Amino acid sequence: MDKNISFTLKVWRQRGPKAKGAFETYQMKDIPGDTSFLEMLDILNEQLVNENKEPVAFDHDCREGICGMCSLYVNGHPHGPATGATTCQLYMRRFKDGDTITVEPWRSAGFPVIRDLMVDRTAFDKIQQAGGYVSINTGGMPDANAIPIGKDVAEEAMDAAACIGCGACVAACKNGSAMLFVSAKVSQFALLPQGKVEAAKRVKAMVAKMDELGFGNCTNTRACEAECPKCVSISNIARLNREFIKAKLKD
Amino acid sequence: MWLTKSSVGRKVIMSVSGVALVLFLLFHMAMNLVAIFSTEGYNMICEFLGANWYALVGTAGLAALVVVHFVYAFVLTIQNRKARGSQRYAVAERPKGVSWASQNMLALGIIVVVGLGLHLFNFWANMQLPEVLHKLGMHVDSATMASVADGSGYIAKTFTCPVYAALYVIWLAALWFHLTHGFWSAMQTLGINNKVWFCRWKAIGNVIVTLIILGFLAVVVAGFFGLGALGA
Repeated sequence: MDKNISFTLKVWRQRGPKAKGAFETYQMKDIPGDTSFLEMLDILNEQLVNENKEPVAFDHDCREGICGMCSLYVNGHPHGPATGATTCQLYMRRFKDGDTITVEPWRSAGFPVIRDLMVDRTAFDKIQQAGGYVSINTGGMPDANAIPIGKDVAEEAMDAAACIGCGACVAACKNGSAMLFVSAKVSQFALLPQGKVEAAKRVKAMVAKMDELGFGNCTNTRACEAECPKCVSISNIARLNREFIKAKLKD
Repeated sequence: MWLTKSSVGRKVIMSVSGVALVLFLLFHMAMNLVAIFSTEGYNMICEFLGANWYALVGTAGLAALVVVHFVYAFVLTIQNRKARGSQRYAVAERPKGVSWASQNMLALGIIVVVGLGLHLFNFWANMQLPEVLHKLGMHVDSATMASVADGSGYIAKTFTCPVYAALYVIWLAALWFHLTHGFWSAMQTLGINNKVWFCRWKAIGNVIVTLIILGFLAVVVAGFFGLGALGA
């Protein structure tokens, strides 16, 4: 059994996109260590509702680390101090009794705050819509051995496809760059035969959209890779650069 | 033009100009080492690199590279700060695997440029510049003209001064930090990288950069203590 802990919670409260936000402090008492971070926020919200106060708005959906909906910048790390895990997979046993836990929304010009800890991540959808798909007719289900794909290539593509589009890379980056996300989406197709056909067109369209939406220029600090809950590698960024430069030189 | 209009293109400009400058530093370091062994040999190189057409073309090329690298550093930084948004995080921690240099490339670069200014004042302004001015028909006093190719003399004169020696050491330290991130980062931006080559480029970069800095440092130390040909 995990111990119960009491701690101070500093939460960013902001009524709307244009409103000025500020931190508010809450005292949390006797929270069991096996409570997830989001459940802890649920407990806080229940308290706030009982006190006739506005609950804290935060994004969440599947709560099992798959959907990419949860965010939260906890104590200086996107998705909190745990590595290779989303906020919903973060448990209170990671914190000590008497700690002060600071919770902030993703901060980036590309992700404006909607309310409190919720940010607007539709910019990622727009980048995906610009080219993150395969539009050629791939026909019906082929035999498994009709198109041989090396195990290492398949693994690499799968690792890139593990990206859940949560935006932690942008939140972690001092340049507000979306390169890790875009490179994962480019790589998962560029590595495979069906995706290669449109690789040049795709990378140009997705980079153009990323730049248009005001994300920053990557300076290879590797903060994205360190904070990514799915451990997506920056080798994908090298692939994106390679594909982009190749495509532009061919034009 | 994709080189200036896209984020990847702008980074390619930084990478190519940066790698070209690293190659120049490699040459400059090798050239400097001669000063420790032979005064005549070093001054002969200085003579070669005086106000000759090829040396002037080279100097102009280098100046252009520095200007491009410098201007784009500011363009990229301004764009990146804008992309980061006006609201900063209250708590920010540097994650594991993120080098300090990688997050302070602009500050390090500014130290390098200030050092470059000092370096041009100490050497170039006494060597190539008066020769060029003389060729253009302007008046340069004969004492300055007589020593335009006396590189060894200027090295000895500059580095026996402890303040200059210390400033050059600080300059070289900043350059080391700047280049240890810059080298592999350039390869990453140019797309010549993957999981295997990541470690290789880092190692190759660290070796090249450390050799460059140690080579430069050797001349500062030799000049300060009057070792080798610089002691005469």
